[in-house]
Amino acid sequence: MRIMTKNTLQRRRAGSLSRRGGSVTASPLHTGFSMVVAAAAVLLLGGGLGAGELSAQEGGDLGQVTYEQWCAGCHGVDGTGNGEGASIMLPRPRDFSQALYQIRTTASGELPTDADILNVIDVGMPGTTMPGWEDLLGQDEREALVQYLKTFSRFFGPDENPQALDFGSATRVSEDVIAEGRAQYQAIECWKCHGDQGRGEGQSSPTLGDDNDFPIRAADLTENWLFNGGGSVEDIYARLRTGLDGTPMPSFSDLIDASILTDDQLWALAHYVRSLAPEEAPGITEVVRAELLEDATLPTALDDPLWDSAEPAYIPMAGQIIVKPRWFDPRVDGVWVQAIHDGESVTVRLRWSDPNLSPDPLWADWKTEVVSYMGPTEGDPPEAGPTPDQFLVQFPMQMPRGMERPYFMRGDARRPVYLWQWQSDRNTALEGEARGLGSETYAADGQDLTMTAAHQNGQWQVMFTRSLLTEDEGDLDFVTGQAIPMAFFGWDGDNGESGTRGSVSSWYFLFLQDATPNTVYIAPAVAMLLTAGLGILVVGKAQKREEEGEIVEEA
Amino acid sequence: MNNAIELRRVFAPALVALLVMGCGGGDGGGSSADGAAGGGAAAENPVDAATAGNIAGSIVFEGDAPAMDAIDMGAEQVCADKHSSTPMSEEVSVSDGMLANVFVYVKQGLESLTFPTPAAALLDQDGCTYRPHVLGVMVDQDVTIRNSDGLLHNIKASPTEQRGFNTSQPTNMESNRSFGTAEVMVPVRCDVHGWMTAYIGVLPHPYHSVSGSDGSFDLSTLPPGDYVIEAWHERYGAQTQNVTVTTGETAEVTFTFSASMAGAVVPLGEPVDLHYHSVVGDRD
Repeated sequence: MRIMTKNTLQRRRAGSLSRRGGSVTASPLHTGFSMVVAAAAVLLLGGGLGAGELSAQEGGDLGQVTYEQWCAGCHGVDGTGNGEGASIMLPRPRDFSQALYQIRTTASGELPTDADILNVIDVGMPGTTMPGWEDLLGQDEREALVQYLKTFSRFFGPDENPQALDFGSATRVSEDVIAEGRAQYQAIECWKCHGDQGRGEGQSSPTLGDDNDFPIRAADLTENWLFNGGGSVEDIYARLRTGLDGTPMPSFSDLIDASILTDDQLWALAHYVRSLAPEEAPGITEVVRAELLEDATLPTALDDPLWDSAEPAYIPMAGQIIVKPRWFDPRVDGVWVQAIHDGESVTVRLRWSDPNLSPDPLWADWKTEVVSYMGPTEGDPPEAGPTPDQFLVQFPMQMPRGMERPYFMRGDARRPVYLWQWQSDRNTALEGEARGLGSETYAADGQDLTMTAAHQNGQWQVMFTRSLLTEDEGDLDFVTGQAIPMAFFGWDGDNGESGTRGSVSSWYFLFLQDATPNTVYIAPAVAMLLTAGLGILVVGKAQKREEEGEIVEEA
Repeated sequence: MNNAIELRRVFAPALVALLVMGCGGGDGGGSSADGAAGGGAAAENPVDAATAGNIAGSIVFEGDAPAMDAIDMGAEQVCADKHSSTPMSEEVSVSDGMLANVFVYVKQGLESLTFPTPAAALLDQDGCTYRPHVLGVMVDQDVTIRNSDGLLHNIKASPTEQRGFNTSQPTNMESNRSFGTAEVMVPVRCDVHGWMTAYIGVLPHPYHSVSGSDGSFDLSTLPPGDYVIEAWHERYGAQTQNVTVTTGETAEVTFTFSASMAGAVVPLGEPVDLHYHSVVGDRD
């Protein structure tokens, strides 16, 4: 419900386009995707110079030359964030004229330090279309950019000397500390926006807007590799202290000043938030391994304990920007994939963050806004009515020879694809085939493919089960011991996504484990035992020699 | 907030006047809530009550007032329980043809005077509603932001002329903030409760008033002279009138807003010179 903010602020600021950008959300993985997006934008909108040629230009301010070459396409020549590319981006590019910077080491509302600005230029804003430029531009160029960006706002006077806050150092983490952090998360109501499980499913989430009233998401705290400003506990603590200016995220420093929270409690909160994400950002996984299940039945429930032992693969997804209309505001930014088979059938469980089950009346205004900001520039307008969440798993219709896979956007006439389709307003999964985008046909036979789905705590879980072999010609036969190409497409209906407006992955592989002869397991075990035995011998000898005062050089 | 710098930039004439006239003490303003004298301030009131006059008036609304949206506070039962009837948006508040929540202030005519900073003004969050919805303060006057609801609010002030802030109040507590630069108006909002908005008018003097539910406003104890008075409304924009104040008299002023002004451009802050400072030289 954005009664007044929409009706008044929006009108009031009409004409000033996007004065401020905003954002919440990228990763070692995502950096790649963001970079693709940003690079596309830069190439589309920027000029044609290479990075190396830039520095060679004579005359002109290096910061200005660099800015106009690489930044103005999105941020605008005048720095107000309304470059040519801006209208297809959410969050909108930063408007530098108000000097509102999300990622700072300074107090809420204070100007950033030069180091703060350089840091964001260097590492980018993960999950937004802002890439990191550390490897793309020279040190002198990036430093000159910092100074040039400051000229867009009168707030950076020569007398200004923003001071970084002293964040101290992280407290030690323990289960008790995380429990304390969880208690604070509840007490100070972080969940109102970020949700009980931290996926941005809080009750205030659908009404959030940035300082220019563009819709903005509450960060998904389970994906710390996508945090703007970094995902370490120190980064999280800093954001709690400074807030993210230009976004709804406030500073919590007042709570410490007013002795409502101790500094240790705020650190505990930071540790808890950190604990919501995996210890390590998921690495790049090419293959989803489906172990062969023996002496048990395949999972029939989403919460079957068997899933706990199935290795999850994280597949990053990005907005579809190959075919118009493109989509630069993808909600589905990745999917966790697991698979198990029993020699007869294969079950694939998909889990991805989505704050709500579309269509949801509480998110209707959100959708209207996203559509109004993202829709008009390309292609047919997005569907105005209620739209469901959707997910599509794509395989080649026939196993390719070698590495030759179908075109990842639904194949083509020569190499068609086989599809599993699910959507939130239907209780069955469909099988389909396609020979290019828009040529999808689905059959509701429901014989071969079954599905279970549930939405809970800001997450979709969808489980597909299919027999490895079917009678249908259009169905791919799943053969064990082979890398079966697999790609993913996701849509959040209430984020205005349908058709080509959605998230895509590139090709990955599903590998169904063969029934393996026991010797395969025994041989490595014997080898390991032998190695361990030898190791103990060597170490024992070495220690003995050390005790005798000898210098040990071999290890 | 680098108040001194901002102040110098915008109010250099006022600073000159400060040197010439010295400071006064006591209450110079006609505003009701926050006109109290700054406790212990060395300054004296530069206005002589014996020669002062007043401005009083009302805000008339012509035409049919637009229906306001009801606010669903169902998700915040604590707040919903504080309202005896369905809470409505306060954007346009008309009763019996009179418009409330109009910020009326002296826009011109006080440039030669300086005034002591009053004690803190209160911006309360009560029933998931800002009280008051429109607030006038002086430059550097503390605004005490209070959370009377005991649940999470964030308070985001988004001025144009100066640095804002966005602070969290997840429980019953108070925070003080001030604005170092005059600005009409500073929007304030709570992102947790998207319906919560307020406006703060920041002035270099204490002559401001907010029209009540009967549309009335009151700017009292003004030095005799010619003034430009502005009436500002969040949807219908701003309008000014020239008013002459004479000793012992109350000048009556009526501002009229109408439903047809709904498309008005509502000014927020003064025009911003984006290139006020140039760090690396002239970009043109």
